[in-house]
Amino acid sequence: MFQSIDFSLLALDAPGWGGALLQGFWRSIQLAAGGYAMGIVIGILGASAKLYGGLVMRDLAQVYTTVIRAVPELVLMLLFYYVGTDLLNRAAQSMGFAGIEVDGLAAGILVIGLVQGGYATEVIRGAIRAVPHGQIEAAQAFGMSPLKVMRRVTLPAMTPHAIPGMANLWMIATKDTALLAVIGFSELTQVTRQAASSTRAYFLFFLSAGALYLMLTLVSNVILRRYEVRARRGLIAAHQAR
Amino acid sequence: MDDKPAIRIRDLHKRFGDLEVLKGVSLTAHPGDVIAIIGGSGSGKSTLLRCINMLEHPTSGQIAIQGEGYRMRPARGGGLEPADRKQVQRIRAQLGMVFQNFNLWPHRTVLENVTEAPIHVLGQPRAQAIDRARQVLARVGLAEKADTHPIHLSGGQQQRAAIARVLAVDPLAMLFDEPTSALDPELVGEVLGVIRDLAREGRTMILVTHEMAFARDVANRVIYLRDGRIEEEGTPEQLFGDPQSPHLKQFIRSVM
Repeated sequence: MFQSIDFSLLALDAPGWGGALLQGFWRSIQLAAGGYAMGIVIGILGASAKLYGGLVMRDLAQVYTTVIRAVPELVLMLLFYYVGTDLLNRAAQSMGFAGIEVDGLAAGILVIGLVQGGYATEVIRGAIRAVPHGQIEAAQAFGMSPLKVMRRVTLPAMTPHAIPGMANLWMIATKDTALLAVIGFSELTQVTRQAASSTRAYFLFFLSAGALYLMLTLVSNVILRRYEVRARRGLIAAHQAR
Repeated sequence: MDDKPAIRIRDLHKRFGDLEVLKGVSLTAHPGDVIAIIGGSGSGKSTLLRCINMLEHPTSGQIAIQGEGYRMRPARGGGLEPADRKQVQRIRAQLGMVFQNFNLWPHRTVLENVTEAPIHVLGQPRAQAIDRARQVLARVGLAEKADTHPIHLSGGQQQRAAIARVLAVDPLAMLFDEPTSALDPELVGEVLGVIRDLAREGRTMILVTHEMAFARDVANRVIYLRDGRIEEEGTPEQLFGDPQSPHLKQFIRSVM
């Protein structure tokens, strides 16, 4: 059956689709990386709200993580995207501006970031709780401000505990970008669909897309593993490190 | 002693829920004083120490460090809480605390542990902080461990690193919370040796300890805390040589 595959369809220049695929792939990486970074920021804020916040902050964070984790991601993305742009437009109009063109990449990052943030909040909250309280007390006893304690001690000390969960979230982020195809983002999955339907070479293109996703995951694994070893330096003796 | 007392505590009460751990403790430490606080477990000695740098908030009473009293306000749910967080941070930066479990930061090397507060709290230039850190590490005999992570050190070495970390900020007074209780017996000596040297050079210290022979040796004043009150205090000779309270007599018999 492989004889029937026309690999020239993968050529970088038109009429080949290779260049378009790689562009879509790059777009997927941007969406995943941006959404992931935003998820980390939301996660740190959410975890802080849950652990140190007042009653209102704790409740808000609880509602957020519950909703995010209860509703299917696709629904959330459709909701955030359409409702979000609608709200933005209405707000703009009420302030006297014409409707705004929402930047596709920014909107996609926002949508993925909001979903990632819900999970990251829980991962980071658990990781912070795994830091022995004495380390935080020692920082306080030296007169560090709460923010400085967070930045200099709590966050770096919780990192090795957060990495396994956060590595998982990165894998999910890379694959969640495919869901954005439904909204019409020209990321890898969407481009693949276009390529496949216009050439009828479904097998070739979906296999290629799969290979690209797999490559991203394998490369990520290597980087994350290195980072984990580095972050765990202080936790286990070197000869015990695996 | 016309100096302001380094630490002055007046009528300190501390309550955890229904349990009153401190029932009116007053204590004054002048510069150069080495005060050992002894007593059975649950007598409130660690709580007393932790109130001095506000790791615990007293229920009532006053604490002043070098004449500056903590500004307190009523807390929700009773008791007091610091009214001025900045003031607490400023006072804490002048006190050094050594913990039972060392509490070194595992993600930083020994040297980074020691330079952390000088650089990030006191705002010292990095080069100066590193110089000073190497000096204090040499003082506690850990010069060659500067670039290791704490996990690779023995308990005694970790505690000496924790003492160096405190020395690096050149504190007005050092607070020791059972500094040898988590150590294997053969490692206790090296830590006590370092503390003894510091006491002899005139550092102000408050020392919660179970090491009676050590307390007798280094302290110029010993306080026996029992059930949240100071039951007896005086020179080591008085307390260990001629204890008055029957509880203290029994306590000394049981631990020495």
